[in-house]
Amino acid sequence: MQSKYTTLYVTAGLFVLLFLAGSLQFSGFGSTRVFANLFSDNAFLAITAIGMTFVIISGGIDLSVGAVIALTGVASALLIGEYGMHPLQVFPLVLVGGGLFGAGMGALIHYYRLQPFIVTLAGMFLARGLATTLSEESIPIDHPFYDTVADFGLLLPGNAWVGTSTLVLLLVLVAAVLLAHFSRLGGYIYALGGSAQSAQLMGVPVAQTTITIYAISGFLSALGGIVYTFYTFSGYSLTGVGLELDAIAAVVIGGTLLTGGSGYVIGTLVGVLIMGVIQTYISFDGTLNSWWTKIVIGLLLFAFIAMQRLLTGSGKGGTAHA
Amino acid sequence: MTLLSLSKVEKRYPGVKALDGVDFHLRAGEIHALLGENGAGKSTLVKVMTGALEGDGGSMTYLGEPLRLKSTAQAQARGISTVYQEVNLLPNLSVAQNIYLGREPKKFGLIDWKRIHRQSAELLKRFALDIDVSRPLSSYSVAVQQLVAIARGVDMSAKVLVLDEPTASLDAGEVEQLFGVMRELKARGIGIVFITHFLDQVYSVCDRITVLRNGTLVGEFETASLPREELVAHMLGKELQREAHRGDAREQREGGEALLSLQGVSVRGSLGETDLTVNRGEAVGLAGLLGSGRTEVCRAVFGVDKKSSGSIVFNGRERSFKQPADAIAAGLALCPEDRKTSGIVGPLSIRENIALAVQARRGWWRPMGRAEQQKLAERFIEELQIATPDADKPIEQLSGGNQQKVILARWLATDPQLLLLDEPTRGVDIGAHAEILKLIKKLCSEGMSLLVTSSELEELVAFSDRVAVMRDRRKVAEIKGEDISENTIMRAIAEA
Repeated sequence: MQSKYTTLYVTAGLFVLLFLAGSLQFSGFGSTRVFANLFSDNAFLAITAIGMTFVIISGGIDLSVGAVIALTGVASALLIGEYGMHPLQVFPLVLVGGGLFGAGMGALIHYYRLQPFIVTLAGMFLARGLATTLSEESIPIDHPFYDTVADFGLLLPGNAWVGTSTLVLLLVLVAAVLLAHFSRLGGYIYALGGSAQSAQLMGVPVAQTTITIYAISGFLSALGGIVYTFYTFSGYSLTGVGLELDAIAAVVIGGTLLTGGSGYVIGTLVGVLIMGVIQTYISFDGTLNSWWTKIVIGLLLFAFIAMQRLLTGSGKGGTAHA
Repeated sequence: MTLLSLSKVEKRYPGVKALDGVDFHLRAGEIHALLGENGAGKSTLVKVMTGALEGDGGSMTYLGEPLRLKSTAQAQARGISTVYQEVNLLPNLSVAQNIYLGREPKKFGLIDWKRIHRQSAELLKRFALDIDVSRPLSSYSVAVQQLVAIARGVDMSAKVLVLDEPTASLDAGEVEQLFGVMRELKARGIGIVFITHFLDQVYSVCDRITVLRNGTLVGEFETASLPREELVAHMLGKELQREAHRGDAREQREGGEALLSLQGVSVRGSLGETDLTVNRGEAVGLAGLLGSGRTEVCRAVFGVDKKSSGSIVFNGRERSFKQPADAIAAGLALCPEDRKTSGIVGPLSIRENIALAVQARRGWWRPMGRAEQQKLAERFIEELQIATPDADKPIEQLSGGNQQKVILARWLATDPQLLLLDEPTRGVDIGAHAEILKLIKKLCSEGMSLLVTSSELEELVAFSDRVAVMRDRRKVAEIKGEDISENTIMRAIAEA
């Protein structure tokens, strides 16, 4: 009998394999420091991809996330730098803004029966355009709060640094798992991905659920955008170009079906870690062009989609709850 | 006690009245069959009483109070649940999750999975199902899925349970299991609306029967006092005549050699073993109620559905067509039942629609010139008297009858030896109806063989040399020559 966690095991196994391969080849690769850096370097992507996971499980797609990250960064930098607001005042503002932006797209998708692909593509152009209009230049963020937050963290054995971004990611992860498997809304999201029509006949509030899903994705992209400003101490309108595709790739590699109805948040995190480990491998090697990351991810995607087809083709696709 | 009662319900769609002042009364603790042929309005009525559609007129009373439904969720909350033929549950979720979706018990604000699993297992045991409720619904058979759907409905304190063709894809044992559950629910005072095509099933579980036809109420009957023949007569809208009606003196065209012969052909899940022969130059009618297996015979012959047993001999050779293209190449043609979805290509012109099948037969590497297409189209427009100013009019702008003629022309242009017509006169006006019948007769006299399904008895009587009667997905009788009359066909359909 096939376990419903098959794809998850395959993904996790692949990560362990890649990490081991790197550790054997390069000294210093197999350390807690490199492992911890996988989290902190990719936290913004992982947070965004977790939002994307819900969207894809529900049978949709959100192409606007990369642009929302850029818009969030530019808006935050402007509000802090030019208007002198405190970051703690700015963050709730941009988070709510990201959530509303997503909710708006969700409402369009539901009430006008539009394709998520088109609506979020429009959202992507809109957000990117807005960010560029606000400022074409990169805006530096210079605020004592940023220094405090950036310095905050725990030092684990092996010189491993667990910073704010990693902590935020772990919080988001716990919340997302609770949402997916221990709340009614989570059940509704999987239900929509199984069959929107059946879900409606079973009494699922389709409108609210759809809008909430895209709002979550918008909110988490904005959060990813804030986390990103802590890497660069700036906001720039060209941040995260093509990031939506990385997020989708991470979700798929993490075992979520692109057709919806099945997948796990944890899988997405492992998907992001796999992409991170490949990047780390390439930087350790030093001779390989960084575009090899894309090539390997492309091959992995093909392999995972083929695997999903085989699994669902035999009528035993994954299932929803843990 | 009357549980749910609908009075003078109306529902209009553009151009059609789907329900025209229909009454329906469901009592507590009864199984009530809702019967009718295609277009009778059964599914519209069900949608109105379950909140999926809002009626345009009339009123509903539920438990003695007026009822207005805006959504299925609201109907469910009031205790009216529906189980559809295509199980409307979520295959990707676990059995337990399907039963509790939207009303999960919680502990400390989180969903209490232990309790859900325990309670679902207990619930399903009452339905004689002992399965692992944590596995995805899709890992179980349709029968189990249907029982799960019923369990969900009943557990949501259903007082009214609507079963829309629940038995269509079940085998005999599974049907019995379902009937057992239905009888138990009935004993508990639940009112069940049961929609089915199988008359045997109606007579084995139902207390009362409501028959609809063309959106109007034919009547409400006690099952025990309604003979089968009368029921069929009500459904088809024919009066049973005391004396057998003799058809026109028909010329006997039998005696030609067999062109198509089916021996023990069956299709898994949709057609029982069937023998059938069509001779050269003969028109064979396929009679039977909706869902009796008429269309399935055509589909099996034409290679749309894969047969699971038996042999098909066409033109002296044993053939088993893997796809319709092979059947077309061998000299068969099929005009499908649903013209709109599987026949016409709406925006293309009449000329292009006619040329399609000929072109498909030739292969794309030998395109047909425009002049050639035009000649072909003009020939058929004249021969079949298609009412159109010219051959370039898009087919979607024609009336139903003329569209049907264009489809006929498309297949006639391939010069088939055997033409399969599935309900050729459905939804066409009376004038076109007569012309299509005339055409069928003419084709026969020219030596073409036809296999025609129809739910209109007088039509079958008018053109058939032989009528094969289908019931419950198998052939139950064959009526020849002089014996063909509306009465004999109706009796054969109804016979127990």
